[in-house]
Amino acid sequence: MSAVADEHHGPPPIHYSSRVSPAVLGMFLFIGSEIMLFGSFFTVYFFDRVVNHGVNGHWPPVGFERPWFLAGINTVLLVTSSFSMHWADTSIKRGNRAGLKAGLVLTVCLGLTFLAIQIIEYHRIGFNTGDTSFAATFFGLTGLHGAHVLVGLIILIVMTVRAFRGHFSPEHHHGVEIGGIYWHFVDVMWIVVYVTVYLL
Amino acid sequence: MRNPFRSEESAFRFVWLTIGYFALIVIGSVIDRWVGVAVFLALSAAVGWWFLTRGSRERPERQAPAPSPSDELRILVVANETVGGPELLSQIQERAGDRRARVLVVCPALNSPLRHWASDEDGARAAAQVRLEASVAAMRSTGLEVEGAVGDGDPIQAIEDAVRTFRPDELIISTHPPGRSHWLERGVVGKARERFDIPLTHVVVDLDADR
Repeated sequence: MSAVADEHHGPPPIHYSSRVSPAVLGMFLFIGSEIMLFGSFFTVYFFDRVVNHGVNGHWPPVGFERPWFLAGINTVLLVTSSFSMHWADTSIKRGNRAGLKAGLVLTVCLGLTFLAIQIIEYHRIGFNTGDTSFAATFFGLTGLHGAHVLVGLIILIVMTVRAFRGHFSPEHHHGVEIGGIYWHFVDVMWIVVYVTVYLL
Repeated sequence: MRNPFRSEESAFRFVWLTIGYFALIVIGSVIDRWVGVAVFLALSAAVGWWFLTRGSRERPERQAPAPSPSDELRILVVANETVGGPELLSQIQERAGDRRARVLVVCPALNSPLRHWASDEDGARAAAQVRLEASVAAMRSTGLEVEGAVGDGDPIQAIEDAVRTFRPDELIISTHPPGRSHWLERGVVGKARERFDIPLTHVVVDLDADR
């Protein structure tokens, strides 16, 4: 009986001689995997663009219009949502719970508006995924990002519910911090997608 | 390398840097496609240069562990194969005085850069373990209370890890004499003085002369 009690349970002891802390390493790995995921989509997009540009001299192909203005509005919304997210995070660090709640609600509203506009854009864009390789890569890249926004919104909604239940304080706001990092990452990726897919 | 997403604040700053980076590229592209390409290349080169050189410009955050009880002195000894010499032992005894000295010897698992990046550390750790066991045995034979650990291949990182877990009052770095010591060549002692708010003694051990 005592032998069982003395047995070590759980994972092996941590080998502390790692170069980065587990939390930072986790974030590195996550960002690395995301960069690879988006990178593969961008590779397909640029390959298609280089190949097709050489064939007909036009990008996007003739007959396709990129809704850059509507996407520009979405860019403004998402950048603004980064502001409101940052406001929420700094508010809870200063003990301002009202600021946290308002910042999160505003961020959720802006994110939902972004998704709604993207759905409207898809509905009215005039081409579909099977029309050309351009259309496929366009929907692939913007859709991949849209999926990230959706995940970010779920995280934000959970954060908002927790904020209204009083789960966060100036000492304990790790959930807001991590959610904020993810949301800013989604914002950064959108800027890259917007510039490369809609503008250049 | 510092993670640009290490905190919400730094991620927010990164959003702004991204906006600035791409805004300049778009402005360049509107003027002329090749201006856009030139702006992209120039900005990317500038970002790359800044990223590679920022480590040498930034002063590391100083670390100061909590002091140990007054009747106890915790000494961290970081050495590769030079541990256990009479010079080092006399330094430890001098530091301890009448207090109970607890010593942690850390032997960094020195490895080649190629093996390090390939995560091939088994050989280096095994070799460090052998040196460590010999060092700990030599120090224990003098009556000291000694523990040992194999540390990271980077001596500064090995010290940082040990500072976190052992919280030493004193730090002793043992090296070969100048001219034969890679650590001195790489400025390990100076970097450790800069990084750690702990009294540091540099002990030079000439193994050839000791033999």
